[in-house]
Amino acid sequence: MASYRCLVKFTKAYTVVDLNNMNIAVLSGKGGTGKTLVSVNLAAAAEKAAYVDCDIEEPNGNLFFKAENILENDVNVKIPLVDKSLCNGCRKCVDFCKFNALAYIKELIVFEEVCHSCGGCKLVCPQNAITEKDEPVGKIQKGISGGVSVYTGIMNIGEASGVPIIKKLLSFEKSEGNKLTIIDSPPGSACNVMESIQDVDYCILVAEPTLFGVHNLSMVHELVKIFNKPFGAVLNKCLDGENPAEKYCNDNNIKILAKIPYDTELGKLNSEGEIIARKSEKYREMFSTLLNKVIEEAQNAATVNT
Amino acid sequence: MKIAIPTVKNTLNSNVSSSFGRAEYFLIYDTETKENLFVENTAKDSRGGAGIKAAQIVIDSKAEALLTPRLGENAAEVLKSSDMKIYKSIEGTAEENIEAFTGGKLSLLGEVHEGLHGRGLK
Repeated sequence: MASYRCLVKFTKAYTVVDLNNMNIAVLSGKGGTGKTLVSVNLAAAAEKAAYVDCDIEEPNGNLFFKAENILENDVNVKIPLVDKSLCNGCRKCVDFCKFNALAYIKELIVFEEVCHSCGGCKLVCPQNAITEKDEPVGKIQKGISGGVSVYTGIMNIGEASGVPIIKKLLSFEKSEGNKLTIIDSPPGSACNVMESIQDVDYCILVAEPTLFGVHNLSMVHELVKIFNKPFGAVLNKCLDGENPAEKYCNDNNIKILAKIPYDTELGKLNSEGEIIARKSEKYREMFSTLLNKVIEEAQNAATVNT
Repeated sequence: MKIAIPTVKNTLNSNVSSSFGRAEYFLIYDTETKENLFVENTAKDSRGGAGIKAAQIVIDSKAEALLTPRLGENAAEVLKSSDMKIYKSIEGTAEENIEAFTGGKLSLLGEVHEGLHGRGLK
């Protein structure tokens, strides 16, 4: 921890990214690669941090943190509500809707799961026949675990998009003041992931040492390049011998930030729902070193970009 | 009576399109006057909700029956609100399907798939 404090002192004078306002996202092309392992332990290795679980379809970071004093808020989206007595069937709303969520056959039909809650139909209706109703899509939670504020997004089963939940989760976390923030992204490289990483300062790509792992790594690699984010890789489940993910990183000039071994002690603690950085001195040191490296990389990138 | 068929090209010997929402055209054929009209499917390139918009187009064409190999659940929901009869098309051209329909050889479409929702064939 000493080097961590030292770095804070050193960097504050020189860089534009304030450590207490740094946002780091942890991504991978698929589930089960180690995003939660890395992000939970990075947050735990920092003395004070926020951990934000954006994996809203299956948030599991809090299985490790077991946060206390949980506060909960519902997340709703706006869905058009039609007053059939006012609607004259002009179809301006149907023509306007770019998501094709509306059809008019005898009366206006609303496809709620296709609706993106843009509110356009309400605006274009000359009859004022459309109002909006709240439709619950999930909830967000906040709790405390040691020095870590744990934020969790949870999507209701059957919902099509987690984006509104991730938006509310991240803006709620920001509204509570600046702190070092570790974002546990959803798996893959689609809308939910893009929403999670758009305001971050740095991306950590977690990869498995298999050909399948390389394929998934290449997907998130492409994504972070499109978003123009500085990034580095953490290779998880490393064994002796050939590591296709390492080869991919070397071939593509991706900085390898850490290699986590395929280790029985780690696996056992993790499967028991323990935070390894809080239980094992060896791993506390490893994640502390990784955190320092990430902070340094993010600040270097910010300096280069300004 | 007017019938609608999703097609690949705008000719009577075109094959029936394998997709309803993403079909290139809808053939609107009048079984009494033998007139035919090809309506472009402006829903085909939609990012989502193509079936909903395509169903609106078909209903607006005043067709009373639809001949299609398959149908997603959103499109089916829209068509259900009209009095449209939905038949399962046979392998082959639009023309062959018109013959089969007028000969009473087509059966009603029994099942509706859950929709491809943006993951469809292009």
